Amino acid sequence: MADKKKKFMQGNEACVEGALYAGCMFYAGYPITPSTEIAEGMSVRLPKIGGKFIQMEDEIGGIAAALGGSLTGLKSLTATSGPGFSLKQECIGYACLAEIPLVIVNVMRGGPSTGYPTGPSQADIMQAKWGTHGDHPAISITPAYVQEILTETVRAFNLAEKYRTPVVVLYDEIVGHMREPIVIPEKGELEVIDRVKPDCKPEDYFPYDDKYEIPPLAPFGKGYRFHVTGLNHKKDGFPTNDSKIIEENNLRIMRKVENHKDDIWKNDEFMLGDAEVAVFSIGSTARSARFAVKQAREAGIKAGLLRPLTIWPFPDKAVTELSKKVKAIIVPEMNLGQMALEVQRVSKKAEVAGIHRVDGEPINPAQIFEQIKRFK
Amino acid sequence: MSSPTGGVVKKEKVSVPFDYNKYLRPNKLPHIWCPGCGHGIVLKAMLRAIHNAGLNKDNVCVISGIGCSSRTPGYVDFNTLHTLHGRALSFATGVKFANPKLKVIVVTGDGDALAIGGNHFIHTCRRNIDLTVLVFTNATYGMTGGQYSPTTPIGSQATTSRYGNIEPPFDACEMAKASGASFVARGTAYHTLELEKTIQEALEHKGTSVVDIIDACPTYFGRMNKFKGASQMMEEIEKDKTVSVKQVDKLPPEKVQGKMLRGVLHKVDRPEYCEQYETLVMEKAKAK
Amino acid sequence: MGNAAEKKLPRIEINARLCKGCSICVDFCPTNVLEMRGTTAAVKDLAACTRCQLCDLRCPDFAIQVFD
Repeated sequence: MADKKKKFMQGNEACVEGALYAGCMFYAGYPITPSTEIAEGMSVRLPKIGGKFIQMEDEIGGIAAALGGSLTGLKSLTATSGPGFSLKQECIGYACLAEIPLVIVNVMRGGPSTGYPTGPSQADIMQAKWGTHGDHPAISITPAYVQEILTETVRAFNLAEKYRTPVVVLYDEIVGHMREPIVIPEKGELEVIDRVKPDCKPEDYFPYDDKYEIPPLAPFGKGYRFHVTGLNHKKDGFPTNDSKIIEENNLRIMRKVENHKDDIWKNDEFMLGDAEVAVFSIGSTARSARFAVKQAREAGIKAGLLRPLTIWPFPDKAVTELSKKVKAIIVPEMNLGQMALEVQRVSKKAEVAGIHRVDGEPINPAQIFEQIKRFK
Repeated sequence: MSSPTGGVVKKEKVSVPFDYNKYLRPNKLPHIWCPGCGHGIVLKAMLRAIHNAGLNKDNVCVISGIGCSSRTPGYVDFNTLHTLHGRALSFATGVKFANPKLKVIVVTGDGDALAIGGNHFIHTCRRNIDLTVLVFTNATYGMTGGQYSPTTPIGSQATTSRYGNIEPPFDACEMAKASGASFVARGTAYHTLELEKTIQEALEHKGTSVVDIIDACPTYFGRMNKFKGASQMMEEIEKDKTVSVKQVDKLPPEKVQGKMLRGVLHKVDRPEYCEQYETLVMEKAKAK
Repeated sequence: MGNAAEKKLPRIEINARLCKGCSICVDFCPTNVLEMRGTTAAVKDLAACTRCQLCDLRCPDFAIQVFD
């Protein structure tokens, strides 16, 4: 019986499994390589369970429709890749300010521009944090294994619903298209969180009530008749020019993430206990790093790996602590130094050395091992 | 019909003004629109149409993009969503598709619907999803101060066409029809009772219903094009430059030339998107 | 009785807070009931009112209504 649940699938397919496990009932998106299998999978699966799938006319329409779906109370998903992620940015800011739960998957490909559509990258780390204008909360999840894409997609939905904010799942094309055996968890095995709905009378409902850190969200069509806008607004949702209210609300939406970093952060540590050289890496690169760390250990070098599964908010605490214990933190990433910049920002003592590749080829273990040897 | 005194009162003479407060949010007026702006007239026609169609406020969702007309949702007591420039139709598609029980009305301007949101406009019509789309066509970008829009006539002045506009205007109705909308109509703020009936018919139609509504921006389009005020614009643009589709056949060609048609211009039965999804996609998926 | 009812004048309510003074109601009143007083519409000749409601229908500002 147990074998029945074991399946061989690619990362993007596991993302579909994760979304459905989390209770996603609405998908809107636009085809883009290398994320399209997520849309294809959702188009087959959602109608079977009464869910809705729609292919929109463009990337912006995709995320906008998904936000509309979420406002009716359905857990919603959209998936894309670099150029599409750029197009979705205005709507991501809207979701932050209007506090609409949504999961956006970005399967990272080479850029800038059309770049290398079939090649991997990890070059949207900064876009996931700074892509939309204005200050806003950001949560981004970075799975590295096919199994993990499933479980982390569930976690992404949980965080989106719990904190009433968009959550970005970021993984590179290699993990998205890699095939691995995975186990589909039984119902109840993973935690599934639903958004809090109001239990007050409609006349007492304020969609942005500042007496809550995360105000309950009513679905459209259930008698609450509230207003949603992308303008700075008061607790009743209507626009305001009152500078005090604007600042208070902008700070409150930041606090939703800032005050709960310990709940949102998630790190995987490998052989870090006595490590003198650490590697900090995500996605497929972290898989190479793990291999390189093992090689280093075999060669008598005390190496270890810190692999964040939440890249935003940036794991400041873990990296700062690590930087006090090790000589160096090596940051291999398929970009020109986006994560390395953050690691440098929070490191206290350790030297930070990047390994960067933007040629559409993966960073291999040998490259990382060579760098580790420099610091032995 | 009996009057309180027992005398017979002629039906058409009963003079009870419409109670707009029933559909307005308390303490939101005065609205932000300039003196003489046609948007308020259109809003009132929309509220009467919603009332006449017998819609339940809890089931109505009014969605807009960005611009002067897009401020409408803030005033009305429904489920309301003020979105991003050009994206109202996409948000609306999501809301309607996710919960087909809702009556979704999109309030948008000509720039919002036909320029920045033009692609969504075409594809919404193509899908024939059950939305009522009210395009407030005032031939200008009012919110940003009077730039030329996709419906500004050739030769007109705007803050970005100081030497006269050289871009031919869109006909929103022709575009909606060509794109597949199953109900296409035009009204004006001047012909306010006719507009009320047209919007009601649009609300009662199943499928994408588009109503292009010509109204005046006296502040920008009016002043820049030497109109004395709102009334003159209503007279010379909305009244004199349009002709009812019901009269067009009876009029000599010279009285029709250069005029836009008012009324229901196109109405067909065509499968509606949400129903197609439920009857074709969902049933096949569940059977498989 | 019938004559008395016919002579009853309507009541025109103008909300000065909401009226923005666009003069649409004045310009389109078929029987010249209204006039502008400063920046607000005002009743000039109530007896001429036919209760046609055009002023209300074309008022963009929810500022004028005619009651029987």
